[in-house]
Parts: sequence; C-alpha cells; structure tokens
Amino acid sequence: MSALARRLGYGGTLCLAVIVTFALLALFAPWLAPYPDQGMGTPNVIAKLKPPSADFWLGTDHLGRDVLSRVIFGARVSMSAGLLIVAFSLLIGLPVGLLAGYFGGWADEALMRVTDVFLAFPALLLAVLLAAALGPGLLNSIVAVAVTWWPWYARMARAEVLVLRGQPYVEAASVMGVSQGRILIRHILPGAARPLLVQAALDVGPALLTASSLSFLGLGILPPTADWGKMVDEGRKFFPDRWWVSAAPGIAIFLLALAFSVLGDALRDREGDKRRDAA
Amino acid sequence: MDLVRYTLRRVLLSAFVVVGVAFLVFVVAQVVPSDPAALYAGPRPTAEQIAKARVTLDLDAPLPQRFVRFATAMGTGDFGVSYKSRRLISQDLAVYLPATLELALFSTLLALLMGIPAGVIAAARRGSWLDRMGSLGSILSVAMPTFFFAMLLQLVFSQWLGILPLSGRLSQQISISDPLPFVTGFNLIDGAIAGRLAVVLDALAHLILPALTLAAYPAGIAMRLTRAAMVEILARRHIIAARALGLSATRILFGHALPNAVGPALTVIGLSFAYALTGAVLVEIIFAWPGLGRYVSEAILSKDFPVIAATTLVVTLCYVVMNLVIDLTQTLVDPRVALT
Repeated sequence: MSALARRLGYGGTLCLAVIVTFALLALFAPWLAPYPDQGMGTPNVIAKLKPPSADFWLGTDHLGRDVLSRVIFGARVSMSAGLLIVAFSLLIGLPVGLLAGYFGGWADEALMRVTDVFLAFPALLLAVLLAAALGPGLLNSIVAVAVTWWPWYARMARAEVLVLRGQPYVEAASVMGVSQGRILIRHILPGAARPLLVQAALDVGPALLTASSLSFLGLGILPPTADWGKMVDEGRKFFPDRWWVSAAPGIAIFLLALAFSVLGDALRDREGDKRRDAA
Repeated sequence: MDLVRYTLRRVLLSAFVVVGVAFLVFVVAQVVPSDPAALYAGPRPTAEQIAKARVTLDLDAPLPQRFVRFATAMGTGDFGVSYKSRRLISQDLAVYLPATLELALFSTLLALLMGIPAGVIAAARRGSWLDRMGSLGSILSVAMPTFFFAMLLQLVFSQWLGILPLSGRLSQQISISDPLPFVTGFNLIDGAIAGRLAVVLDALAHLILPALTLAAYPAGIAMRLTRAAMVEILARRHIIAARALGLSATRILFGHALPNAVGPALTVIGLSFAYALTGAVLVEIIFAWPGLGRYVSEAILSKDFPVIAATTLVVTLCYVVMNLVIDLTQTLVDPRVALT
C-alpha cells in the first residue's frame, strides 16, 4: 500500500479505492444489492417514493424501487460507458494519428482536415445528433460519444509520431531496412501510445459525464435498466421535495467522475516527472 | 503581410470546416434515419402519403444532388419546415437563437469575472487557503454533472433561500400581461431599449442561475490558466523592478502583470462560449429556458430531423465563427503568438 501511495500520492490512492469499489459494485451487483430484482427494474408499487429508512437506505423511486439497489446496478452502465467510450475513441484516433503523422503529405493533410471538421462541433451536440439518429440504447450512445471524442487522440498521436519519427533509433531501423509497417508498429506505436493512455485515463471521467448527459436526455440505455443519468432525470419531477431519488445517482456520477479525473491527474504528473527526468 | 496570409488561411480553413460540418449533419439527419418520409407524413401514414412525402422531400434523387440542394437551402437560410409543428424553422430560430446567445454570452462573462480575479489572487498568495480553495473548486467543477449542478442551484437559491426564480426567462406578469417588444431578442437589451428597469432586473434575476451553472466549469479553467500565467509573470524582472520602485501590490498585479496574462483569458472565452452552447441542451431543459437547447431536445424526442439539423448547423456555425474571431484577435493582441 505504501508503495502505491508513493507512486500516486494519497489523493490518487483514495481515488483508486473509490474506482475499485464502484467496479466491484458493478461486477457483483446481483449479490451486493439489497433488492436485486428492483435494481434490475421490477416495480414495487406498494412503497412508492419512500424516504430513506432502515429498509431502504437511500429511499425508493416513483415505482417503489430501492434507490440503493438501482445505484449499485447503475454502476455497471456508467463504468462500461466511460471505459468503452475512451477505448473506442483510442481505436479510431490512434491509427488515424499514427498514419497522418508517419506518412505526412497529402494523407496527413486529408486526415487532419477531417479531424478539424469533427472538432468544429460542440461535442455534446454532435453526440446528441448521432444518438438521436441511431436511436436510444447503451451501445448507440457510446458510439455517438466516441465519434466526437477520437479527434483529440488523433491529434495527440500525430504530434507524438512527429517527434518520434525523427529519433535516431527510428532512422537507424529505417537504414537497416526494417519495413515501414514494422517500424510504425514495433518502434513508434509503443512510444506514442504511452502519453495517449495517460490522457485516456484522464478522460474516463468526462466520458462518463457525457454518457450520463445523453441518458439524462433520454438517449442512453432504455428503461427499466438502471442508469444514473436517467435516474436523475426521473427524480427531477419530484425534486426537491423528494430529493433522494435524484440525489444519490447524481452524487454517484460526481464521485466516480471525480475519482477518475484526480487519479488521471496523478498519473499525468508522474508521467510528466518521468519525461522531465529523461530530458 | 504574414498577418494577411494567416487571416486568409484561417478563413479558408473555417469555410472548409463549415462545408464538412454541413455534410456530416446532412448524412446524420437525412441518410441515417430509417425513413424520413414516414416521419414527414405524420402519425400512422398510409402508403400513399409516404409515397407523396418521398416526392416532396425529394428522397429518390441521388445523394450528391440531395446534398447540394441541402447545402444551398441551408446557405440561404431556408431551413425548411418542422415535421412536427409544420412551422418555418427559420422563424423559430429567430426567436430561440437570441435566447441561447444571451445565456451563452452572459455565462462567458460570468466565468471570466469569477475565474480571472480568483486566478490572480491565487497566484499572488500561493499556498494560502484561498489558493487551495480555488484549486479544489476547479477540480470539483470538472467532475460535477451539469444537470445535477443545475438542480442543486435551484434547490439552494430558489427553494431554500427563495432569492432567485426557479426557471423561465421572465416573470409571468411581464411575459404575459405586459410583454416586451421584440427588437434584438436579448431581454437585457430590449428591456433597456424600452427603458424599463424592472424588466432588465427581472431578466437578470432569471439569467443568474442558468448562467452560473454553465460558468462553473470554464471559471475553474480560467482560474487555473490565469494562475499559471501569473505565477510565471510575477517572477519576471519588470515585476521585481516595479516592486523595487515601491508600487502598490494591486497596481503591480492588475496594472503590470495581468495584461501579460491576457492570452489565457481569450482561450477561456472560446472554451466557455463553446461549453455554454453545448451545455444549453441540458441547462435549458432544467431551467425551462426557451432557447435552442430546449428546441433541439424537443425535436429529438419527436425525431424532427430538419429541426435537429438546422439547430446543429446554426450552433456549430456560431462556434466556428467565435473560434475564428478569437484566433485572429489573439494574433492582434499578442504579437508573440506564432502565425501557423
């Protein structure tokens, strides 16, 4: 533990603990939730909108379902949305940036102008447009956000490649007759991917915030699956008199996003120190 | 000469981006949806009505031809008719766009007014509790979901303290009994033109909460950037010289150091404006603000693609123009910015 704390600082370690807790809740939701069937969406109309009590620690929603169980099940959606958005974006952005940076010329110009078009959109608006066209659903909303997200990674990857391309070891490999594809994958990709992965860790928070915004607008996963953004929206009708319906999922989004961004900051600072030491 | 070439290049690139954006919107709004004709024909259409709608909407023409038609229509401000209300979209936009711009501009102003002084103070008193509070606040503002923050503000300022209105743009006694004549669509300006102070104050009271929601995140960024720039500038020799001359701390901070930190402030204007335009979708729903965000979210629910396309395009255009203006201003204000 102390080695970890030295690496990430105490704030970073605490954030890692928060993330691991949410991940465990998501993985073992059916065993950890006090009312698993309500967590999955079965209504319980005899206990509508009950305030927090010994039976329902965080109260119940407009269909009488236990808010705690729904928050635990909702962790599945938010966790996977945050991680998948970043993963999909890397999958598009990294190759685009690598190719543009390595080959340069017209390929670079063309790819970067396409990137500019995507960057010209206010991100949430493009995601809303796409999600509306694709229809609601978890995968659709994840794809919609990833489409607005990848250009940042493409730009970053390109900038990294431009630096690495001129390094002596790459030139040496090229002189030795190593094929271009092999240079790109074996010698440039590992160096370029590292800062991108740090940035990706930093982006999981904003990504899950955007995903929850979409589901707040009704463009995320379909009910009755529990989703934090959707739950805040459902509670809005009863807010602020019955604040607990919206409060718990809202705080959950906030906590998880906060944990990811502070942890990402800690990682980036560490990476920054390393680079400075190397320079 | 360099400046002229740079300006031309930026303008050309922006024009290219606008065409690209139009193409993307066209694809998403007209090609992806399963059957626009069925949507246009209304609820439970007959086969005949759908066939007629296909002709009206010109859906059988080849794609490039349809895109050219779409782009010319958009370019001339002919956004078509809403599937749902059958009203002219351009008329709706004329009412809703000023409402959203008023909110976006006001929240940008608010972000600068909160973030820059906070950054200056944090840099001047590094390590103090003010500095730490500021950086804590900027971290929290990044992670706070916009829609949840909006609800918290409503709870505190309108429900508990009762000092600010819950939602809307004007109180009902004004908007219904004694409406404001439409001149610019900006309530603050129209109220001032009509010479009605009560209206201006009422509009201001309605603006504060939604604008504050949208200003929180950019204010945090503004604080961070200003602080970083100021810390660097305060260590420079001309500041030490000013100190040695015995100038007052306020004068050094705001007269000698801050003007050098104007670059970050401009960056924040762009970022904040963009954030406000985007966040408007969420904030306008919660605060019942009759702007583009609410217009587009209602269109989404009814799959009203012409409205969605037109709104996306108009908002993106505002965004592109704003970025262009900021980039050009930056090179004019700060000659050190490299022209690339």
